[in-house]
Amino acid sequence: MKTVSVKDAVALIPDGASLMIGGFMAVGTPERVIDEIVRQGKRNLTVIANDTAMPGRGIGKLVSAGLVGRTIASHIGLNPETQKQMIDGRMQVDLVPQGTLIERIRAGGAGLGGILTPTGVGTVVEQGKQRIEVGGKIYLLETPLQADFALIHAFLADYAGNLSYALTGRNFNPVMALAGKTTIVSVEHIVPIGLIAPDHVVTPAPLVDYLVTNG
Amino acid sequence: MDPQTIIAKRIARELQDGMLVNLGIGIPTLVANYVPDGIKVYFQSENGLIGTGPMAEEGMEQPLLTDAGGRPVTALPGAATFDSAMSFCFIRGGHVDMTVLGGLQVDANGLLANWMIPGKMVPGMGGAMDLVSGARHVIVAMQHTAKGKPKILEACTLPLTSVRPVDLVVTEMAVIAFPDGRATLVETGPGVSVDQVVAATEAKLVLPDKIPAMRV
Repeated sequence: MKTVSVKDAVALIPDGASLMIGGFMAVGTPERVIDEIVRQGKRNLTVIANDTAMPGRGIGKLVSAGLVGRTIASHIGLNPETQKQMIDGRMQVDLVPQGTLIERIRAGGAGLGGILTPTGVGTVVEQGKQRIEVGGKIYLLETPLQADFALIHAFLADYAGNLSYALTGRNFNPVMALAGKTTIVSVEHIVPIGLIAPDHVVTPAPLVDYLVTNG
Repeated sequence: MDPQTIIAKRIARELQDGMLVNLGIGIPTLVANYVPDGIKVYFQSENGLIGTGPMAEEGMEQPLLTDAGGRPVTALPGAATFDSAMSFCFIRGGHVDMTVLGGLQVDANGLLANWMIPGKMVPGMGGAMDLVSGARHVIVAMQHTAKGKPKILEACTLPLTSVRPVDLVVTEMAVIAFPDGRATLVETGPGVSVDQVVAATEAKLVLPDKIPAMRV
């Protein structure tokens, strides 16, 4: 794990990169990292996230700035700007059931070739996918997702980079921390080693490549 | 009593002690206001919370504690938080006893469409497809008609949420169940006649000999 300023962390991200971004309706989203991506004007990004938040918050800022070329998400309903860009053809949007999305990310981070889920069987979600029968029940084969970067927000990081989360700020974050080639983390508080007890570490330090420093 | 209150109060009577319940956005959220006295249920928010409490009072909001609609809520004693993978293990794995969801259309066999209107409204399915596929008991909370047009149809014209039929549809005019897989009128709404329900419903309803009035 390396500590890095938010400016230098974002400088690692090239135009056209794929980003997994933690958060649920902007709760638990690395807001400072997002602000810096907007400031540096990274373009044609692929965003993999639960949702695109709302205008002016979290991923909504990337959308409003026109930086996103493709989104893979379960819900865009609270961001009219995402829907507008989708309808205008400026952004490709792949809608994925939420439980399938998180499992595809988990598969990507866990070295699995995909997952089998009953969700979506017989609906438009099934289009182009393989049906597999197990024990008399029909499932869809859903393939793994990975990204160039995982942008994670946690509540606490210790000096080693161990992470813990607070309340509903956890959501997609610990799963995405496994599935990015490079993991960049921002936190609410950086604390001495030992303050997060081993039993309370949710994301162990070896998964964290860069910890964004305060200030 | 307004339609939304009638629907929420009637659905609340389906709650049983100890149930784990997931409420969707809109009318379903109101069900939490009418939990019957003497029973305790756990509400799940699929963003990673079991033990969801009422909205936080003004000035007591915690930015990292919201429901799936992003609203600041509270956590009740005994609450638990977890990541989204765990949250959908609960949902797909049959550990959620009941889900209450909004609906755009329901068909004569109980199939639900509630996630998009092609070309008009494409919010995404969020957790709805997983909930309908995996929850043990699925209840649809919706107004009986939209701008005077029936929403309970012979066949849905909108994209389906799941091929698993729902268990109960509660509107301000009727409670409809699906024994033997066919839409069956089991209760009428306050001050509503069977004929009025039939007239406001496109699907052919099975009409039992006795159809009691809804108690709310």
